[in-house]
Amino acid sequence: MGMTIAEKIIARAAGKETVKAGDICTVTLDRLMSNDGTTHLTIDMYNNLKHPHIQDVDKLVWIVDHNIPSDSPKTAASQKKMRDFARAHGITFYEGEGVCHQVMMEKHVRPGELIFGADSHTCAYGALGAFGTGVGCTDYLYAMVTGTSWVMVPETLRFNLHGKLREGVYARDLILTIIGRIGANGANYKAMEFSGEGLATLTMSDRISICNLCVEAGAKTALMEVDEVTLDYLQERGREPLAVYTSDEDAVFAQVYDIDLDEIVPIVAKPHFVDNVVPATDCAGTKIDEAFLGSCNNGRLEDLRVGAALIQGRKVHPLVRFLVVPASREIYAAAMKEGLIDIFMEAGAIVMNPNCSVCWGSCQGVIGEGETLISTGTRNFKGRAGHRESFVYLADAATVTASAILGEIATADQLGNMADSAAVTTTASLNEAATADPLA
Amino acid sequence: MNETFTARVWLLGDDIDTDIIIPTEYLALKTVEDMKPYAFSPLRPELAGQIRPGDVIVAGKNFGCGSSREQAPEIIKALGVRCVIAKSFARIFFRNAINNGLLLIENPDLHDAVEEGQEVQVELGRCLRANGKEFPIASLPENLLEIIEAGGLVKAMRRRNGLE
Repeated sequence: MGMTIAEKIIARAAGKETVKAGDICTVTLDRLMSNDGTTHLTIDMYNNLKHPHIQDVDKLVWIVDHNIPSDSPKTAASQKKMRDFARAHGITFYEGEGVCHQVMMEKHVRPGELIFGADSHTCAYGALGAFGTGVGCTDYLYAMVTGTSWVMVPETLRFNLHGKLREGVYARDLILTIIGRIGANGANYKAMEFSGEGLATLTMSDRISICNLCVEAGAKTALMEVDEVTLDYLQERGREPLAVYTSDEDAVFAQVYDIDLDEIVPIVAKPHFVDNVVPATDCAGTKIDEAFLGSCNNGRLEDLRVGAALIQGRKVHPLVRFLVVPASREIYAAAMKEGLIDIFMEAGAIVMNPNCSVCWGSCQGVIGEGETLISTGTRNFKGRAGHRESFVYLADAATVTASAILGEIATADQLGNMADSAAVTTTASLNEAATADPLA
Repeated sequence: MNETFTARVWLLGDDIDTDIIIPTEYLALKTVEDMKPYAFSPLRPELAGQIRPGDVIVAGKNFGCGSSREQAPEIIKALGVRCVIAKSFARIFFRNAINNGLLLIENPDLHDAVEEGQEVQVELGRCLRANGKEFPIASLPENLLEIIEAGGLVKAMRRRNGLE
């Protein structure tokens, strides 16, 4: 019987010829990523072990990205603990370099690897054909100490992509559509595998965006076939695949979906569930207080280009804060060279250093009671971005930027020819706001 | 783990995510004990204060979806919740719960057959009983039960290695 990509990666990591879905295997991990969300807990547990030991320090990558720069003495202490431990043990350590998954893609992940990350969006690594899966800090500690763990071989949902996304439709719309279709637990315990001739039309940025969000359907991992796009990305960064796998023709899939990329439209996920999706036009007119363009899901150069192209010559709506947060230092630097940062700054956006920002909800940019955020982040759970009585809508970079300009949820085509009248519109809105203010 | 106990039910819905179980803003608090009062606060701010040791949570599908934050199962355990019975669990939460010694039971039907405040009888590895009805449950694999009994993965390893 043939094997899926997920089965092949686990078989290699388990030192077996074959495995099948449902098998429980002891595996050797290739890489172990942890960030400042929970590393301090791992260190506390490590220090309480009777025989503390790191099996292979070269496998460990620690990244401060959730609260960088630190926003309180508490987070400063937690990060210091992480920094000191990493230095003392020679662990590869980044801070200020970017959101952990983006940094991992840029600098570490190789096709064929089995990677544990103490963060749920570790499934992003499937964009490079690696099996990444999120774990808690106890599983992480066990893997750090022993170099191994146990995994159940997941069943695979296979998505055959056909055609090409239309102009103005993005990978994020595709994955939100899929999550809407299969539901927030539609891929629970399973791998989501992407293939088909449509895959070749997707950039590495698109692929990361798709794989990253698969955990929002409950997936254990996401996997994409390795092709020229993958190999070019690796070559540019001087890396080689560990192993390149495709699913066998007679591999067993729990379900096969055929997706026509041409049929995808701009999508919005409404509060408070990622699978609560509708066409973006259905939400048109919903007032917003803040817009966020960033995160491991949608803070790459391609996303910033989409936003910058729309906002060039226009202004952020006077009643909106527009947060632009490149996902890594590499992206930030490239965006500066291209002049994208200038465009955002001139438009009145708040450009921030690479970090998880409001997507994680405990740092600069959180929203207050009754406020509404439109976001390219990963989640719209109740209270995710700040106060428990606040609202998060998820959308693509174009919809988020258009909404930041218009002050309400809007798709890019609603901007129309307003560039000429932008100054007038914003002044008018300001006046309207001033009259509406009871204290004015 | 051949055990039977009766417990008071707290009823929650589908897709109870980790940000509901413990919102991000409280993760910076020093200990799980400090975080405990804020458990489930986005949904039901009063709930953490109402739960008594020995109670059980009965929930719908996909309990624990979202983040890998291990404080989520830790806090439920710290509140004294005897077990969580749900239609299904999200996988990262499932592993984290086992690793922290929190018992989870999957059952598709109990949720729709009990009301909050009622009692459910749990016979581990066999069935749940409520309102005169019986709901069969599967037994967890032996190695996972061993971890739960020890109070979590680290404690189980210590025990296995003769360190406790």
